[in-house]
Amino acid sequence: MGDAEIKASSWRLVEVGRVALIHGGPSDGKLAAIVEIIDHKRALIDGPSTDTKTAVPRQSIALAQLILTPLVLEKLPRGSRTGVVKKQWAAAGIEAKWQESAWAKKRQQKERRRALTDFERFKAMRLRKQARFEVRKSLAKVKASA
Amino acid sequence: MSASLEATRPAGQKKTFGKSTREIPHHTEKAKKWYPAEDEAAPRKVRKSIRTSTPRSTLTPGAVLILLAGRFRGKRVILLKNLSQGVLLVTGPFKVNGVPLRRVNARYVIATSQKVDLAGIDEKKVDEIAGDKYFAREKGDKKKGEEAFFKQGEKPEKKKPSSSRAADQKAVDKAILSAIKKEPFLAAYLASSFSLRKGDRPHEMVW
Repeated sequence: MGDAEIKASSWRLVEVGRVALIHGGPSDGKLAAIVEIIDHKRALIDGPSTDTKTAVPRQSIALAQLILTPLVLEKLPRGSRTGVVKKQWAAAGIEAKWQESAWAKKRQQKERRRALTDFERFKAMRLRKQARFEVRKSLAKVKASA
Repeated sequence: MSASLEATRPAGQKKTFGKSTREIPHHTEKAKKWYPAEDEAAPRKVRKSIRTSTPRSTLTPGAVLILLAGRFRGKRVILLKNLSQGVLLVTGPFKVNGVPLRRVNARYVIATSQKVDLAGIDEKKVDEIAGDKYFAREKGDKKKGEEAFFKQGEKPEKKKPSSSRAADQKAVDKAILSAIKKEPFLAAYLASSFSLRKGDRPHEMVW
């Protein structure tokens, strides 16, 4: 028999303490931690963020409306109340970690791009063209010298 | 029937037949001996009224508009004045994108949030252009009849832009052009024309 190497899966799990992004519904785009798993379809979440843009009140929500993030509140006890969640949330620095992530940045950029006026869209297009031109120029230089 | 109509009726006359007198109606009041074979067409009553139009709040003078219909569709132009009945007076400026002083329908226009400063514009000239007579068709000595018929094969003379119109264009655009120069990218923006790209949802876009 050959040796079987067994590794723990690196999947993001629906678990107590898992931070998730809400997708759809009235609190679309907000960040919350799973506090308790109600059944195979629903979970109790709590988003005690100090930023009103990502804060969301404690509620039960369908798992279909959650996108799991890599962030986890490791030591969150099951069914803990808002005060405890808030403390751990702050201690883990979830907000700062989320803001730094490429995911959050991309979302922000998308939002900004959507809010551009017609003239601003034109300017963005022009500036992108200029940047592209510079990049291609330097690339051509490197290629020619190589 | 109303009282006024009653009064205008031609009077009949009284006649005596033997001992009694009777009123004989006027001959126009008697019933007709025949009916018309076809109903006479009565003009339909017009139930519409001409109301004053209020332009959209975004249509303020100096706003950059996107034309959606006509020969210059897709062009970005500058609004000079709101005329009556939802008509707008716009200019390219002509030097930037080739759109002359022109009247357009406000319905076929997207107003963007971009504004161009119209300070120092020749107000008198704009008012003159906004008047009824400026864009009225000239009454030329059109040849009709035999002579025109024999000329059918030949090409008609091409209409040339009148020099007075060109001068007016320059006078109005002068202040606008200097304002455009101050803002970077604005001239290029006005020179470019608008079109929908893949994935563009115009109803969700911010203008």
